[in-house]
Amino acid sequence: MAKPMALSGNFAAAYATKQINPHVVAAYPITPQTLMMEKFSEYVANGEVDTELVCVESEHSAMSACIGAAAAGGRVITSTAANGLALMFEVVYIAASLRLPITMCVMNRALSGPINIHGDHSDSMGTRDSGWIQIFNENAQEVYDTMFQAVRIGEHKDVMLPVMVNFDGFITSHKFERVDTLDDAAVRDYVGTYTPEHSLLDTEDPVTYGPLDLFDYYFEHKRQQVDAMRNALPVAREVLTSYARETGQNEYDIIEAYHLDDADVAIVALSSTAGTAKFVVDRMRAEGKKVGLLKIRLFRPFPVEAVREALAGVKQVAVLDRSDSFGAYGGPVFAEVRNALYDAESRPGIVDYIYGLGGRDINAVDIEGVYNRMLSASGRMAGDVQYLGVRGD
Amino acid sequence: MNEKTWKEIPIGGLILDAGNAAEYHTGDWRTERPVHILDKCKHCMFCWICCPDSAVIVKDKKMVGIDYDYCKGCGICKDVCPFDAIEMTIEGTED
Repeated sequence: MAKPMALSGNFAAAYATKQINPHVVAAYPITPQTLMMEKFSEYVANGEVDTELVCVESEHSAMSACIGAAAAGGRVITSTAANGLALMFEVVYIAASLRLPITMCVMNRALSGPINIHGDHSDSMGTRDSGWIQIFNENAQEVYDTMFQAVRIGEHKDVMLPVMVNFDGFITSHKFERVDTLDDAAVRDYVGTYTPEHSLLDTEDPVTYGPLDLFDYYFEHKRQQVDAMRNALPVAREVLTSYARETGQNEYDIIEAYHLDDADVAIVALSSTAGTAKFVVDRMRAEGKKVGLLKIRLFRPFPVEAVREALAGVKQVAVLDRSDSFGAYGGPVFAEVRNALYDAESRPGIVDYIYGLGGRDINAVDIEGVYNRMLSASGRMAGDVQYLGVRGD
Repeated sequence: MNEKTWKEIPIGGLILDAGNAAEYHTGDWRTERPVHILDKCKHCMFCWICCPDSAVIVKDKKMVGIDYDYCKGCGICKDVCPFDAIEMTIEGTED
């Protein structure tokens, strides 16, 4: 039975972590992630979980402790944001290459400098090539449910990869919303027991983790990671689409198409901005305007086919990127979507709007402006990267 | 080396056999080769004590030779030998 609770994204993540009751949590506090770990440490202090909480001295140590615990056969959860993720960058790659299914929340926040604590996607986008599965979440409900899905996806025997559960710093991490929660027994049944094939603590079957791997085998191990990522796509789709049936919670998928079937123009967005865009779509649909939204939940592995199918028939697409890739042709989401559309039968026009850097607000009126620009364009808009909400264009 | 494809090896770079370091012949790294001159050797065991790779072979309390599978050619044995009973040669130039 689902029980509604008033939770922020951080508290939803903490409550889900409590219900998962992982063997080890190792984390270091950083805004806007701190409240998740603060709440979780209360559960530990109150004896509500069996988790070994390791209070480390940095994010590099946090991920290193998680790697050790996961290699020892534990189910492991951590969280960080922004510069914390940047500091653990080296070991983020190692977690993936050791094929350890760690779950990590990232409360997406701008990277310094200049120093800024507010939400954008530049932290997680910086790790998009690290070999982690990345799921972006619109609201606290999605954060809560994704925690359980992440465990299932990452620990799947054909995947064995760490999973990043992303949500917008402050916007989602600190805003309280209604979250329908599962009871503890339902969560226990859903996530099951983690039994890795090998573990460092298995003295009957001793194995070596992390040996030197030079030009003779490194490439083969990287090729295995490619395969695991390819497997992760159908596994993630299966886990997400069967979640509602198994738990009675909301329906999920790797993407969410919102009024796209007959849409002439569409916005592509991640995370909380998709929520604002839905509000705008509803309002413009009421005025008879054929607008739609594609929310991408699974960013790594990138669902090329699903994105191409979802945007088939749309004449014009605007991608909203909450991070930039300096010197590249557009932001990271634009590059992926545009790439996916190259082989589409009828390619829509596609433009990119970089927005919301360092927590700059994006409002309904901004999004409506993007739709209206697409609707009033005299021809196909293409090849344009613009900056939405910056002073001086 | 018997090189395997990515489909044939354990994931994550794991090594599943314990004690496998013996299979790795680090003597492959050697550029200089110590040669034991038995006539000059007094079997004092200085080289045996000092060898960082345990590559000095001793039988019945006699220094009988060097294990070239693991000798990295560092030359410590030559330096510590009081009797000039070890000479370093460039790898590949001997018979």
